Amino acid sequence: MQRKSNQEYRNNHAARKAARSLGWLSIGMGVAELLMPRALASTLGLPGSVGLLRLYGLREIATGVGLLMTDKPAPWIYARLGGDALDLATLGVAAQRGYEPVNTSMALGAVAAVTAADFACARGLRQEKHPVTVFDYGDRSGFPQGAEKMRGRAATGQGSSQDAPQVSGMDAANREAPNRP
Amino acid sequence: MRALRWHGKKDIRCDNHVPDPSIEDPRDAIVKVSSCAICGSDLHLYDGFMPGMTHGDIMGHEFMGEVMEVGSANKKLKVGDRVVVPFTISCGECDQCQRGNFSVCERSNRNAKLADKMFGHTTAGLFGYTQLTGGYDGGQAEFVRVPFADVGPVVVPDGMTDEQALFLGDIFPTGWQAAVQCDIQRTDTVVIWGAGPVGQFTIRSAILLGAEQVVCIDNVPERLSMARAGGAITINFDEESVIERLNELTKGKGPEKCIDAVGMESHAARSIDAMYDRVKQAAMMETGRPHVLREMMYVCRPGGTLSIPGVYGGLLDKLPFGAAMNKSLTFRMGQTHVQRWADDLLKRIQDGQIDPSFVITHTASLEDGPELYKTFRDKHDGCVKVVLKP
Ligand SMILES: [Zn+2]
Ligand SMILES: [Zn+2]
Repeated sequence: MQRKSNQEYRNNHAARKAARSLGWLSIGMGVAELLMPRALASTLGLPGSVGLLRLYGLREIATGVGLLMTDKPAPWIYARLGGDALDLATLGVAAQRGYEPVNTSMALGAVAAVTAADFACARGLRQEKHPVTVFDYGDRSGFPQGAEKMRGRAATGQGSSQDAPQVSGMDAANREAPNRP
Repeated sequence: MRALRWHGKKDIRCDNHVPDPSIEDPRDAIVKVSSCAICGSDLHLYDGFMPGMTHGDIMGHEFMGEVMEVGSANKKLKVGDRVVVPFTISCGECDQCQRGNFSVCERSNRNAKLADKMFGHTTAGLFGYTQLTGGYDGGQAEFVRVPFADVGPVVVPDGMTDEQALFLGDIFPTGWQAAVQCDIQRTDTVVIWGAGPVGQFTIRSAILLGAEQVVCIDNVPERLSMARAGGAITINFDEESVIERLNELTKGKGPEKCIDAVGMESHAARSIDAMYDRVKQAAMMETGRPHVLREMMYVCRPGGTLSIPGVYGGLLDKLPFGAAMNKSLTFRMGQTHVQRWADDLLKRIQDGQIDPSFVITHTASLEDGPELYKTFRDKHDGCVKVVLKP
């Protein structure tokens, strides 16, 4: 049987779901940076960067809200990638200063993992720009006489939808009674 | 002969020098395969979700062809008959077969002791489907030995093509049994999870049986277009909320009949519970991922019926059984008793009520089989059903 097909642009649902999760992650990170910059700064080995962390928090929240509100997540994911670069650079500086070498390298690892997730998401979203071949099986009813005509054909009697069984009321329950016919 | 054989997880090969089968019992027949198909449940073996495969097992349980040789005690078939063979092997004589419960035949599983251990009691032998169900060689091959060939095989009348008859061996009766077990009433809404090959036949069966509303849930657009062609209302769970749409379609009361035509591979929704299942599955603590079952128990109308043609292999976890019990739900399930339905469905095909060939999207040679397992599993290239011609 021949197959009908055409070229279409498709949303990448997996990438879009990932983008939403990254949006929530952004907001979570942002809130943490905004509310407890002092604690974070000393843990990460960035003493004196309290103001900077607050700014980063605002940035994270902005991209997070953007990702959750938009129909076109791609630019927001690129914004996140920019932010990832900033985070990595900042942590790189902290690593050189070496106040909290263990914590800083753990944070670097975490940011690198998130960056990889952002990259994967961006790649997924880029696929949406390429049309894909979509097959249309709308002509494959399987019913040579059409679906509507066949509704109820296997029911008793003449085989129309009116002949399909309809047991209602107490009769339905009585079908389980021991003295059913 | 050539045959598709299992060499390990995700490793199926078309091997060239497989020994030809021969008659082992007087009731046997040898069939030269003219067409065979890849089934969703073959993918459980391909992906290694189903235990009990051994190196070199021949795959395939959906096949048909010409009878080449008949055992001395087989009075039903003769050489040259064109037959389609049910995937369940049944003796026709034990208590279960006598009751029409062919897929739980007590005598056809050669490894009954193994199955007793796993399931409590043995079920029927199946073609090409693990040592647990007898370790019988499958039909994705040039030749197959068919045991109890005086019970199962259905003779195909002249004029009916392979493409029309082939699915009588499994997926058409499977969809049909799933719908019949729902005891469909005229005013029923029947919801089918999964627009794969079995789902497609379940839709057509529910229409033939007279359901007022047939709904199908999936996220593969081309499969949904095929479902609509068969008379179903479709829900794409990537794009809309299943629960809201079902409430809308049933005035908030929920569907009377819910059918799980997905089974073990229901990983489609990337939800929290699907991730939980994936972790447990990786740790071998459960074998199925019952996202669909959970949703069915939740949305079904109280007093309704859940019918499960989808294949499960072992343990399931975190099922809302309280909802199911308190809502008075009825569960119907099982491997298909193919022999119970095949003759009737053959007549319906002859009568022009249905033409099962609609579901075939890919036809290829046996050599292309391993590649098409992948295409089918990944739902690439609009693949719904693959037929191979040995
Ligand atoms: Zn099958
Ligand atoms: Zn039996």
